[in-house]
Amino acid sequence: MAETTLTRQRPRTGPRTGPRTRWSARSIILHVVIALGALAMFFPFYWTLITSLSPGTGLSGTPSFFPANPSLDAYLRLFTDVPFARVVGNSLLLAVITTLAQLFTSATAAYVFSRLPFPGRGVVFGIYLATMMIPLQVLVVPLFAQLRTWGLVDTYFGAVLPTLAAAFGVFLLRQAMNQVPVQLDEAASLDGAGHFRIFWGVILPNIRPALATLAVFAFMGSWNSFLWPLVVLRSPEVQTLPVALAGLQGQYTTQWDIVMAGSVISILPMLALYLFAQKYIIQGVANTGLK
Amino acid sequence: MTGLLSQATATPPVDGPPALGPAVSRRRGSRRLRYALTVLVFLLPSAVPLTLFVLVPMVAAAGISLTEWNLLRPAEWVGFDNYVRLLTNPETAAIFWHTLYYILGYLPLVYVGGLLIALALNTALRGRTLFRGIYFLPVITSWIVVALVWRWLLNPSNGVVNTVLGFFGIDGPGWWTDPAWAMPSIILASAWKDIGFVMVILLAGLQAIDPELLDAARVDGAGPWRRFFSVTLPLLSPATFFVLVISLINGFQVFDQVYAMTGGGPGGATQVVVQQIYDLTFRYGRAGEASALSWMLFIVILAVTVIQIRGQRRWVNYG
Repeated sequence: MAETTLTRQRPRTGPRTGPRTRWSARSIILHVVIALGALAMFFPFYWTLITSLSPGTGLSGTPSFFPANPSLDAYLRLFTDVPFARVVGNSLLLAVITTLAQLFTSATAAYVFSRLPFPGRGVVFGIYLATMMIPLQVLVVPLFAQLRTWGLVDTYFGAVLPTLAAAFGVFLLRQAMNQVPVQLDEAASLDGAGHFRIFWGVILPNIRPALATLAVFAFMGSWNSFLWPLVVLRSPEVQTLPVALAGLQGQYTTQWDIVMAGSVISILPMLALYLFAQKYIIQGVANTGLK
Repeated sequence: MTGLLSQATATPPVDGPPALGPAVSRRRGSRRLRYALTVLVFLLPSAVPLTLFVLVPMVAAAGISLTEWNLLRPAEWVGFDNYVRLLTNPETAAIFWHTLYYILGYLPLVYVGGLLIALALNTALRGRTLFRGIYFLPVITSWIVVALVWRWLLNPSNGVVNTVLGFFGIDGPGWWTDPAWAMPSIILASAWKDIGFVMVILLAGLQAIDPELLDAARVDGAGPWRRFFSVTLPLLSPATFFVLVISLINGFQVFDQVYAMTGGGPGGATQVVVQQIYDLTFRYGRAGEASALSWMLFIVILAVTVIQIRGQRRWVNYG
C-alpha cells in the first residue's frame, strides 16, 4: 500500500491545520505507540500472505517470518483441486447484481422520501427503517422455505433476491438528496422536465459521492456475506467465496497454505476497491452515524 | 450534530407535490392520478423486495415458531410448546449467556481501543492518513477470512501468538481448543476486526468538536484529564451512542466468526444464539424451535435498542 495513494488529498507536508508536529518526547512516544498498533493491525495480513506462499505450512514446524522457498503452489492447487475460479466468478456475479440493484432500488425510493410527499409517507419510511433492525437470522428459515417452494434453492436467483433492496441504501441516499437544493428541481420543472427527468438529470448527478459510497457498501456486503449464501447455495459449483473458504478449512484442516491462498484472493478485490474509494468509504461510515 | 435516530424522522420542508410544469397540468383529477402513479413507480422497486423478503418472512417466522417442522414433512401445529421448551431448557440460558459474554468482552475492548486510536490520530501526527487506512483495513475484510487467519495465528501448537509468547518463556494457552479460552479468542479476533470501524465513527465525532471549547476550558485552568472527561467525552456522546447501538445489535447476532473459528465448541463453550438457530434448523431439523429462538432474539434486540433510545436523553448531549 503506497503512502502516496493514501495521502493524495493532503499536502505532502502533513497536517498544517492543527499545531505542527513537534518532535517532543511525548510526540515521539505517541508515534511509536500508533505505529506499533498499526503493525499489530497489519501483521495478520502479512502473515496470511507469507503462509499462502509457503508450501506445506501447517503440517510441521514453527512458523518463519520469511518464506524459505516462496512458491505459488498453493494458488495453483486452489484452482485445480477446487472449482475456485467458478467460486470467485459466482461471488463477483452476485456482488455486481446486488450493487446495481441496490443502487437502483435505493435511489428511486430515496427520491420518493426526499421529493414526492404523499399521505402516510412518514409511516412508510419508518417501516423501511425498521427493516434494518430485523436480524437476518429471523428470516433465514422462512426465506429458505419460500425459495424452495419456488424451486430457487441452489440458484443465483435464490441467493440474490433477498439482497435486491436494503433500507440502509434508501436512508443513505435520502440523506444525500435532502442536501440537494429544491431550487434545482424547480428550475428543471419550469423547463418542462417531469419527475423522471429531474430524478435522472438533476438529482442523481448531484449525489455521486453518496452513490459511490452505497456502491462500495453494497459490493462489500455481498462479497463478504456468509449466512445466507451458506444456507441457500449448497452445491460446490454455485457457492460463493466465503462459504467455499469455510469449507476449505474443513477439507484441508492442516493445509493452511491453501486456506490462506484463498483468503488472499478474497481480500484482493476489496483492497483494490478500498484504495480506489477510501475517501468515500471512511466518510460514508462516519456520515451514517453523525451530522 | 444530531444522532442517527432523531435524524431519521426529520423530513425536509417540501410543501405538497412540486409543480409539474405547464405541459402536464390539464385536469386536476388526471394530474393527481399521474402523481400517484409516479410515486408508485418510484417506490415499488424497493417496496416489493422488502415486503416479499423481509416483512412476509418475518411474519411467517412467527407462524413457523408455533409448529414442529423439519423442513421436509408438513408442519405440525404445537402452539407455544417451542417457547415453553426453550424457556425451560437450561441450554437456552447458556447460549444467551455466551452471547452476553461475547458482548461484555468485545464492547469495552473495541470502544476504549477505538477511542484511544481516534484520540491519537486526531493530534498532529505524521502519516495519519496512512495509519487510518491500516487500522481500517480489517473492517473491509470478510468475517470468514478474519476467523480463519486468527484461528491460524492462535493455533495452540504452532501458531504465531504462542510461538512469540514462547520467546518470552510464556506457555500460551490452548486458545480455541480450551473451553476457558475459546470465547476470549473469538472476542480478540472480533475486536481486531471492528476497532477500525469504531475509530472512524469516533474520529468523525472528535473532528466535529469546536476547538474553542477546549481552549476555553484550558483558560479556566482545566488540565488535560479534566478537559477530556468534562469536555471531549460529553461532546463525543452522540458518536458513543451510535457505536453502542450498532455494536449491541451486531453483538447479539454474532455468528460468522464463531462458525468459522469454533463452530460453537469446544464442548459448546462458544455456542451463541445464532449458531444455535443454525444448528437447530439445518442439523437437527427443528425449524419450529429455531424460529421461536430467532423471535426471542429479535425481541431481546428490540428491547435493548428501545431501552438505549429511551435512555439516551440522560447522557447523550446533542450540543
